[in-house]
Amino acid sequence: MKILVPGPLTTVQDMGRRAHAAKGYPECGACDKYALALGNLLCGNEEGQAALEMTLSGATVAFEKPALFVLSGAQANATLDDRPVPMHEPVRACAGSTLQIGPFAEGLRGYLCVRGGIAVPPVLGNRSTDLKCHIGGLQGRALRSGDVLPIGPEPSGTTAESLRHAAGILREKPWLLRPRTAHAYLENQVIPLLRAVPGPQQDAFTEEGMRAFFSGLYGVTPDSNRMGIKLSGPSVQTIDGSDILSDGIVEGSVQISANGQPILMLADHQTTGGYAKIATVITPDLSAAAQLRPGQTAAFRAIDVREGVRLCRETAQQLRYIKELTIHA
Amino acid sequence: MHIDLHPAGTAAALAVLGTEISETIGARVSALNHAVCAAHLVGVIETVPAFASLLVRYDPLLTDYDALCAQLRRLASGLNDEAAAQGRTVEIPVCYGGPYGEDLPFVASHAGLSEEEVIRLHSERPYRIYMLGFLPGFPYLGGLNERLFTPRLQAPRTRSPGGAVGSGGQQAGSCPRESPGGWQLIGRTPLRLFDPDRPLPYAAGDFIRFVPISEREFCALEAKKEGARP
Repeated sequence: MKILVPGPLTTVQDMGRRAHAAKGYPECGACDKYALALGNLLCGNEEGQAALEMTLSGATVAFEKPALFVLSGAQANATLDDRPVPMHEPVRACAGSTLQIGPFAEGLRGYLCVRGGIAVPPVLGNRSTDLKCHIGGLQGRALRSGDVLPIGPEPSGTTAESLRHAAGILREKPWLLRPRTAHAYLENQVIPLLRAVPGPQQDAFTEEGMRAFFSGLYGVTPDSNRMGIKLSGPSVQTIDGSDILSDGIVEGSVQISANGQPILMLADHQTTGGYAKIATVITPDLSAAAQLRPGQTAAFRAIDVREGVRLCRETAQQLRYIKELTIHA
Repeated sequence: MHIDLHPAGTAAALAVLGTEISETIGARVSALNHAVCAAHLVGVIETVPAFASLLVRYDPLLTDYDALCAQLRRLASGLNDEAAAQGRTVEIPVCYGGPYGEDLPFVASHAGLSEEEVIRLHSERPYRIYMLGFLPGFPYLGGLNERLFTPRLQAPRTRSPGGAVGSGGQQAGSCPRESPGGWQLIGRTPLRLFDPDRPLPYAAGDFIRFVPISEREFCALEAKKEGARP
């Protein structure tokens, strides 16, 4: 597969480099992991195989060999040799055909999954691009025009027909296309509610600060990236400053910086940090967070850790159901 | 050993062992980390030790917060406060001063010492690796001799070379790869510490001892084809 036009930021990503945080390696991986898993399942891949993550606008790619691909994540207007391509639908491309993915109509991050996966060499057991450490993906960097990406061997267990059947069922059950998330309605606006488990440092904040965080509206600022979403909204008051002894960070951690504003950590987050973390967004809601564009608004809602774990399991169950659809059709 | 547990979302628990940077607490974090890793708890993905805490990441499909906390408490109660899992000591050769450590004269004059005395104090005792972070392989070291405490640079460098050895405030450190930074650089190691293809020579809980070497030894080690390793 050859990149003709890369788009603003297109990288190879999978489920992330797990179990290397103690050495200081950021996890990386797709920011919207549900969308990656869904796209992969619909082309018969394992959930976590490497695909392209595109930001704000899609890439234009040429297939050098016949391939089967799926678009997932942000709503893309795409054409394959000038014929429109639907989302969440396995599409067969002939050798020599060109897939053109335009600016996303909704959402921020789109995924192009190809049957067999993007077969760049793994680094530390994983193919995700780490833009800060310059490892993984293709030479540890964002894709450029002219780049050629190897595609892995076709997986067995599914056929183009069984995959199309699964996609058909998803068309009738569109709620399965994303994790079940929560929303608030404000006038005519639909505001994503990011459910977050308070802590681990909620004791660093005043009662008023906690209230401000869990009741305020926060706007996504333009200097957000794959490391984190910088938010702007009601200032969160600390009892005695936001500095803590540095400790481990996870994807979803919400740090309050010295200026009282939250930063929601995404896939490329550093492994440790020295700002107090008021809460951690639950894994299923990180998909919604990863699709927020600069200028959009979100709010946080406190959730108990047990309820959060239940929702994680529900989301995993949803993906298992989709996987069964692709196999037993 | 007493631990306070806090949820870090739906896939991690944070065990807090203290509120300060100290040898004692560092040793406890290290002991708990070893105990958790050795227990091979179902669903535990990885641990991230830090100055006074241990982050334990888990797969919420295989275990949950309450079950994990019960297991962590049980492991901690089996450790006494003096439990100090002894880490290894890894020797890091360092060529001090000159073009390898351009801030050595400043650090010496700030401390009111000669450059030779700074080198002697810097390399005389091993440093505990409290945690790795900031960059892959970057060790947060404790135990810097008080006489070598030096403020950070007023204007951070846009790039420090890979292998730079220096100090910032009260911390000692060695930088595994080229990066910007505000540390006072007093030497450089020829070891190639950042290499994802090979395991890191040290982990949190181990100790680093800096061993002064000459410029000639530096060049010989650096010239090794595969990169020098401790």
